[in-house]
Amino acid sequence: MAKRIDVKDLNLFYGKFHAVDGVSLAVPPRNVTAFIGPSGCGKSTVLRSLNRMHEVIPGARAEGKVLLDGEDIYASTVDPVSVRRTIGMVFQRPNPFPTMSIKDNVVAGLRLAGERDKKKLEEVAERALRGANLWAEVKDRLNRPGGGLSGGQQQRLCIARAIAVRPDVLLMDEPCSALDPISTLAIEDLIQELKKDFTIVIVTHNMQQAARVSDQTAFFNLAGVGQPGRLVELDDTEKIFSNPTQKATEDYISGRFG
Amino acid sequence: MSESDTVGRPGGPGLAGAPRGGAAPDTAPEAPISSTPQGSGGNATEDTKVITRPGDKIFKALTVGSGGFVVLMIALIGIFLLIQAIPSLVDDNANFLFSRDWNADPGVFAFGVLDLLLVTVFSSAFALLIAMPVSLGIALFLTQYAPRRLSKPFAYLVDLLAAVPSIIYGLWGAYVLAPALSPISAWLNDTLGFLPIFAQGSSNLEIGQTIFTAGIVLAVMLLPIITAITREVFDRTPPMQIEGALALGATKWEVVRTTVLPFGRAGYISASMLGLGRALGETIAVMIILSATDKHFSWTLFDGGDTIASKIARAAQEFNDPRGAGAYIAAGLVLFVLTFVVNAFARSIIAGHKEYE
Repeated sequence: MAKRIDVKDLNLFYGKFHAVDGVSLAVPPRNVTAFIGPSGCGKSTVLRSLNRMHEVIPGARAEGKVLLDGEDIYASTVDPVSVRRTIGMVFQRPNPFPTMSIKDNVVAGLRLAGERDKKKLEEVAERALRGANLWAEVKDRLNRPGGGLSGGQQQRLCIARAIAVRPDVLLMDEPCSALDPISTLAIEDLIQELKKDFTIVIVTHNMQQAARVSDQTAFFNLAGVGQPGRLVELDDTEKIFSNPTQKATEDYISGRFG
Repeated sequence: MSESDTVGRPGGPGLAGAPRGGAAPDTAPEAPISSTPQGSGGNATEDTKVITRPGDKIFKALTVGSGGFVVLMIALIGIFLLIQAIPSLVDDNANFLFSRDWNADPGVFAFGVLDLLLVTVFSSAFALLIAMPVSLGIALFLTQYAPRRLSKPFAYLVDLLAAVPSIIYGLWGAYVLAPALSPISAWLNDTLGFLPIFAQGSSNLEIGQTIFTAGIVLAVMLLPIITAITREVFDRTPPMQIEGALALGATKWEVVRTTVLPFGRAGYISASMLGLGRALGETIAVMIILSATDKHFSWTLFDGGDTIASKIARAAQEFNDPRGAGAYIAAGLVLFVLTFVVNAFARSIIAGHKEYE
């Protein structure tokens, strides 16, 4: 289950553009790590590199190591598809498969992994939907299309879909930025529960959210205009928001720039 | 909508206002545009009418006119076919819909469309059966698998297929493809001849002027039509969906299966139906390829015969007798209705998938 992540000197590129420079950080298991920083500083790019989604964009590539419990997911023998099966991801905008029913959405990952047993799939669907705090709302319409749910419900459906395969790590890319405050709260509560089982990395633009949900916070920033983004500081969330070591971090969280 | 409509009317009634406004574009638009903003405050308080700008009126009239024009054209074609066909249908000495013999000679005048209709539908369906999977493969290759540098010129090449005149397809089919296919048809006939569709038909297999050849040529003609639309639809698969599938650990094929195909299915089907409409009406290529025959169509790919369109084309030189011409026009009416039905069917399929888009 929940595994630790160690990033060692990771450099990320889009074609010739050097997007992220030399990031090294550690994410302990059963822990929420928040990535904060101004737009374009590369925090989403780093997040996407943790399950090899970065390279999906044409021309994008990664250099360096990302160790999942000591094993490099960028080793030449590793299949990116199997990496993505063990590291789940939730996106900025909810993206359930519109042609699938709610239940089929939840078990889509398992189906891809080859699970055919109907009973097993039903069990997993229920467990995942309960895990995503969505079961009570959708249990009577499991066979309706997932696109018919509200935005917040869709996002929880996507979380259910991601946790249904019992991943080692759950990556969340601004999961609440398209949601209203109540849905946001529901997801934040959910993150606290998921933390018991999963290692979670979350990118957020909302600093209060980072302060509320995370155990440690990483602040990313650009070295300058046209320069690659880099990791400025990673520390316990409490320390980052009360007494950061770096001046740039303090400026950012106190709203003086960014 | 309706409010602006009623306000628009007094200025210039309906369609009649359009040409007038459009005829003087160099002077008319300038003056009202500069005057309306100044006068708008007063206007609004005077009478609470919604303000419409002349540009809107003109544009609306133009679009309504264009839309109406299409409906009018189709109605006129239908009416033309009916008016021309009815007298001949009344004089028909055979059952038009169910007779399988076509004889429009003034002496006999007993014609039935059934055989022509069967050949038309059979050859088109066969063409579609070949063209659909191949087009799907090409569209998927171009949008999902081909390297970007290759995909553009390759797509252009496929589009070029549509630019080849159908007479060229006909000649190619009759003089190149037909003899080349003859060993294949002979083999199919030998080994699978017990199936009705591969049975010996009215056409000589060695010359190959069969529905088999015609269907393959039609399939090639359909490829660019189906591929072009399908490609466009597949290209518009939301990237969010694709990333969602990828993040779940989907392989390339699984991404295609879970996102691209469901998203593009309705478009693919409507593209195929559009292609079917084209195949049903294809005339010259089919006429050149198929051998004429007196025998009835016997549900085999190795028959000759005529489709509705090729029958009409073959007889076109002899349209001096209005009654005889009317017989062919009646057949044309059947083709017209058939394509209508096909299109309606395609629409109903698309409508059924709306919920997902």
